[in-house]
Amino acid sequence: MNRFILPLGGFALLVLVLFLGVKTSPERSTLQSVLIGKPAPEFTLPDLMNPGRQLSSKDWAGNAYVLNVWGTWCPGCRQEHETLLRIAQLGQAPLIGINWKDEDSLAHEWLAQLGNPYAAIVSDHSGRTAIDWGVYGAPETFLVDSQGLVQYRHVGPMTMEVWEKQFVPRITGKPVDPS
Amino acid sequence: MLPELGQFALILALLLAALQAFFGIAGPHFRKDRWTAVVTPAVAGQFVMVATAMVCLVASFINFDFSVLYVAQNSNSALPLMYRVAAVWGAHEGSLLLWIFLLAAWTVAVAIGASRLPQHFTARVLGVLGIVSFAFLLFTLATSNPFLRLEPAAPDGRDLNPLLQDPALAIHPPMLYIGYVGFAVAFAFAVAAMLEGKMDQTWARWTRPWTTVAWAFLSIGIVLGSWWAYYELGWGGYWFWDPVENASFMPWLAGTALIHSLAVTDKRGLFKSWTLLLAILTFSLSLLGTFLVRSGVLVSVHSFAADPARGMFILAFLVIIIGGALSLYAWRAPLLKSQAGFEFLSRESFLLFNNILLIIATAVVFAGTMAPLIADALGFPTLSVGTPYFNPSFIVPVLPLLALVALGVQSSWKRGRLGEHKRRLLVTLAIAVVLTVALAFGLFGRAKVLTPVGFVLALWIILSSLADPIDRWRRKLSVSRGVLGMTLAHIGLGVLVMGVTAVESYTQERDVSLSPGQTVTMGNYAFRFNSVEPHEGPNYDGVRGDFTVTHEGRTILQLHPEKRLYWVQRQALTEAGIGSHWGSNIFLALGEDLGAGKWSVRLQIRPLVNYVWISAFIMALGGAVAASDRRYRSAKSAAAETVPAVGGAAEGKAG
Amino acid sequence: MITRAARVVFVVFVALVSVWLALPAHAIDTTQFDDPVLQARYLKLTHELRCMQCQNTSIADSHVDLAADLRREVHDLVKAGKSEDEIREFMVARYGEFILFRPLVNARNLWLWLLPGVLLLAGVIIAIRVVRQRSGLVAQDDEPLEEETGR
Repeated sequence: MNRFILPLGGFALLVLVLFLGVKTSPERSTLQSVLIGKPAPEFTLPDLMNPGRQLSSKDWAGNAYVLNVWGTWCPGCRQEHETLLRIAQLGQAPLIGINWKDEDSLAHEWLAQLGNPYAAIVSDHSGRTAIDWGVYGAPETFLVDSQGLVQYRHVGPMTMEVWEKQFVPRITGKPVDPS
Repeated sequence: MLPELGQFALILALLLAALQAFFGIAGPHFRKDRWTAVVTPAVAGQFVMVATAMVCLVASFINFDFSVLYVAQNSNSALPLMYRVAAVWGAHEGSLLLWIFLLAAWTVAVAIGASRLPQHFTARVLGVLGIVSFAFLLFTLATSNPFLRLEPAAPDGRDLNPLLQDPALAIHPPMLYIGYVGFAVAFAFAVAAMLEGKMDQTWARWTRPWTTVAWAFLSIGIVLGSWWAYYELGWGGYWFWDPVENASFMPWLAGTALIHSLAVTDKRGLFKSWTLLLAILTFSLSLLGTFLVRSGVLVSVHSFAADPARGMFILAFLVIIIGGALSLYAWRAPLLKSQAGFEFLSRESFLLFNNILLIIATAVVFAGTMAPLIADALGFPTLSVGTPYFNPSFIVPVLPLLALVALGVQSSWKRGRLGEHKRRLLVTLAIAVVLTVALAFGLFGRAKVLTPVGFVLALWIILSSLADPIDRWRRKLSVSRGVLGMTLAHIGLGVLVMGVTAVESYTQERDVSLSPGQTVTMGNYAFRFNSVEPHEGPNYDGVRGDFTVTHEGRTILQLHPEKRLYWVQRQALTEAGIGSHWGSNIFLALGEDLGAGKWSVRLQIRPLVNYVWISAFIMALGGAVAASDRRYRSAKSAAAETVPAVGGAAEGKAG
Repeated sequence: MITRAARVVFVVFVALVSVWLALPAHAIDTTQFDDPVLQARYLKLTHELRCMQCQNTSIADSHVDLAADLRREVHDLVKAGKSEDEIREFMVARYGEFILFRPLVNARNLWLWLLPGVLLLAGVIIAIRVVRQRSGLVAQDDEPLEEETGR
């Protein structure tokens, strides 16, 4: 009798897995960063605004900061720019930019035209630093806490909703909205 | 007008499918002949309605009706006629309609072909098919209506995905779906048998030809996809263990086991519960494949647009249809026991091993495909499973399987008597080994570890399969179509293994950058890059390369790889330049323009890769020949009454 | 209406523009190492690492920028003498196990790797049991077979 119920039992398990798979598929459309809870990768890169100078990630360690990976070639970055300006205005944490695989002159033009939300910007021409951060598509925005640990990554254009629900609680230490 | 007509026809089809399902099951159950009599007209009516809907959609495409959303999304004013028709099944909604249409066609075929079977049984089969039709029609009308209007009508369409603008890929879905849907027939036969409470050898005999034909079509469908990937995707691979490929491969593996299991049930009344379970499993895998491709749960090269709502819907009807069938199985299967016996080296034994190994192979592909999903469900970090897992894992059950095929084709039913064929087996093995040595070391000059294994198995299978028919022919005995078909199919398998072994062992590959006039050599071949020129097509612009290929000094081929930029979707595609030379495939693809006339180029020499695709056609031919065997059309077997399943072996083999 | 000359210009323009747009449907990777061992290692790894922006392609076969960057990383690491495992670790530390087409052999994935062997073993056991049972029944089973042999 056992072996005839087995297929049905196996099928039930499969359905459970598929059900969970379908339910979670919207969240799984972006990858979770493996850096969460780990020290933020260090880097030293050219300062976009001051040619010839280099900035190091150690320069803003000690306080929580937000790292945004962007490029002028990226439509999503254009989309999120307003939000970034607002976030910068709120002043809850400095916004550090990594200009990824881009041309300095284009980046300057863009910021001149649209406004500069960043406290500091570095240029990653080679893409090595982005790889260290596990970046796979712009725009991506990271939250690094005062201990230098990565707390969160958002893939895709930033929105005020994501900022309020996911970033702010982690900065201020309040419980995170599970939704 | 036409789209509304099409939609209305689908609604009517839904109602007729409901009637077909209800009366098909209830009529025989309550023994109301008047109810049972409703089924056949319902089947006919449903087919007419579905065909009407199909015609409406095809017409909308041919007539450039961009007021229909689906047409606007998948067609364009510059799209050639052939692809306007193929665009009908180019995306989710239309492909569902194709599925439904093919299911309705198969149902009509069953209604006609099974007319000699007892009416209550046929009614149940049609009833089950009606349930499946109903589910698909409901899904289509509720979530995936191809006839939705676009207001205001688009001035022009978004064009068919350029990847699909290709003859092989145009016919690939219909072939696949004929296979998937054909397995629904086997499934319906199985459920009907369980509902009847009777399942014996005549049942198996009725089911066999339908299943074999479905399998043949699925074989062709899969291989067309593989062939397309080879010349279209530009890097010369023919199988990627992509989840969508696996979704079609799993029903094929299970279907192969089913065909063989049916043979045993037909011949000796054995393996009944195996066969039932395999019939359910094969169709379940077809449905699962449909689910995986459309629900967004998996990451793949070619899933349809993902939509969780659709995913839930399909999951629900998977639960109802498969859960229902498996519950029936748990209830009825324990009654099926036979007292027939067989010896260790008998044909039944070999087919038992065959069943087991094919199921293991299916399970391995299943595990690899589902592992990322399982990891996610358990909250583990996302996993990724590709060729480096599938290749070695798949070989574990398949290598023994191939050896057993060579042995098994010479075994006899019930009694082993393999010893009687010892000489034949050893001779065929010896010839295989000699040929392998000549090939591997003589012709190619080197080998990887598995190369001789692959060649020996392939050649042994081919020779061993021929041994019995040739022997019978020499003794002037008749060779039935069943035997002939079986022989062809097994030869096809041997050809497949030969092709795969050769390609995996001896492929030569180089990526180079070339200036016009430059020549590069690989193996005994030299490739001279002559020029690249602009070239225009009906709906694309591109460049066309001209290459001369020489073998040991003599010119053998002029190849013209292309890069095309399709106007509407602005997608760039590579068309490889492919030619053949003595069984090897010469493959040339243009990469990038590196400036100053220099281009990066991929060169490949792939020995015997054509065997991979030819083998499927040989196998399909074998299936078709076997299915046309006289036994399946014998009036005697049909008229024989079914016998109680318990104790099964008695008169069930009548005819 | 559109003159032939304009058509030619358009085509040439498209051909030139096509250099700028991300175009080839596959990458042609002309990276060369002097040492064949290193070359083999490089090829093996680039075929095993997933292109993170594509759906199911390896970085060897993908044309996107990220794939090119990742190939360059692999090249540098191979040149620096890192082993296959070290390079895989490097990638997994940044992108997670998802970047590997060959699942890591660790406690969590062991079931996947052991499955074929375990199933084969189970299959052998089942086969032995069934054959034993059925050969025992041959003696009492005197039912005649149909004439055709071999089918």
